[in-house]
Amino acid sequence: MDFELMQKVYPFFLEAAWVTILLSVLTAILGLTLGALGTFARLSRFVVLRAIGAAYVSVFRGTPALIQLFILYFGGPQIGIQLDAFQAGVIGLGINAGAYMTETIRGAIISIDKGQTEAARTLGLSRWQTMYKVILPQSLRLMVRPLGVNINALIKATALVAAISVVELTYTAQRYIGSTYKPFEMFLLAGVLYMIIIYVAGRGVTWLDRKVQIT
Amino acid sequence: MGLDFSILPKYMDVLLLGCLWTIGITVAAALLSFFVGIFFAVIALYAPWLIKQPFRLIEWVFMGTPLLLQLFLIYFGLVQIGIDLPAFVAGVIGLGLHFAVYNSELIQTAILAVDKGQMEAARTLGLSRGQALRKVVIPQAVRDVIPPIGNNMIALLKDSALVSVIGVSELTLSAQRMIGKTYRPFEFYLAAAALYYIINLSMEWVQRKIERRIAISR
Repeated sequence: MDFELMQKVYPFFLEAAWVTILLSVLTAILGLTLGALGTFARLSRFVVLRAIGAAYVSVFRGTPALIQLFILYFGGPQIGIQLDAFQAGVIGLGINAGAYMTETIRGAIISIDKGQTEAARTLGLSRWQTMYKVILPQSLRLMVRPLGVNINALIKATALVAAISVVELTYTAQRYIGSTYKPFEMFLLAGVLYMIIIYVAGRGVTWLDRKVQIT
Repeated sequence: MGLDFSILPKYMDVLLLGCLWTIGITVAAALLSFFVGIFFAVIALYAPWLIKQPFRLIEWVFMGTPLLLQLFLIYFGLVQIGIDLPAFVAGVIGLGLHFAVYNSELIQTAILAVDKGQMEAARTLGLSRGQALRKVVIPQAVRDVIPPIGNNMIALLKDSALVSVIGVSELTLSAQRMIGKTYRPFEFYLAAAALYYIINLSMEWVQRKIERRIAISR
């Protein structure tokens, strides 16, 4: 272990960790938004919306995220979409995460007992009221943990944007491995930072999960 | 520059060859992850405390860091300690170990779910603990764990695209090479995505078939 070298380069890793955090936060926000929209489409009364929702989930979960990113970043200009690498990273990963989150959110909603809907409708609530006042509050409790799993995967997936040259943790590690030939040291630096980010995010999810449970 | 999909057929053979490599690396890594997963699970459940610790560290590191970073470590790290593996082998090891950790979790749960009476009966019949595990408990656990492991293997197929970054000429890198020649990223990456999607759907189909057979055998 070359600790002297690690001491020399770690500020660059810290800086890169902030990029990874920013990527993760923006991707999570976009993913959650698309996940909510996707769920709305998949549970809609209209067959066209349902089909769009199902196709979104199937295609984006059925192909590698790396390829999706490449289509957006390298192929985008051909169809008039010009994005810099960071923007492409957030949008590409966000759309991908949204497909997984759609399934998570939908799963939590449809697992609520049917009797709840029937009872609410019998009491005269409209479809919307039933969803907002009866089903959603209950399913919210069920979806925090599995969404936490999605977010954990998403943080690790941000490493993919190294392949389109966004200077985040993995890209930085790769570059320093190339210039110093010290893969273990660089892996250790990046790995510890990833684990800290994932640990903190996990604690956040646990905290939120406890908050939404009835005690 | 507009879109022109008419150039694809000319290069289809390269993409299909890439597909074969993708399937090859997926199958090889899947097998590795399956058997190493069983090994990890047995260690986690039955090994003495001291032996468990290094494996817990491995599990912790593999679950807490991105696969891409792990591939870099394995590919360049092995070179540093004097083992110069072809990229394909490094890719299989990286993917295999990564998913072995995830499989191990599933297999542990399945082993614990096998009825205790099975082990007791096997021991009464004179089998040693190791024999009872190998011949009685683990085969039953494996049957229960095949459907969820199937999901991991489908994830493995998609993650196999990452080994293009360390230079394995599978589907993604094949597409990249053709793009280098033709400057048509959109067409080729879309074609690659379609091929991945087809392999993915086939895997899901096989998975459903196997699940149905297991349901019958029970």
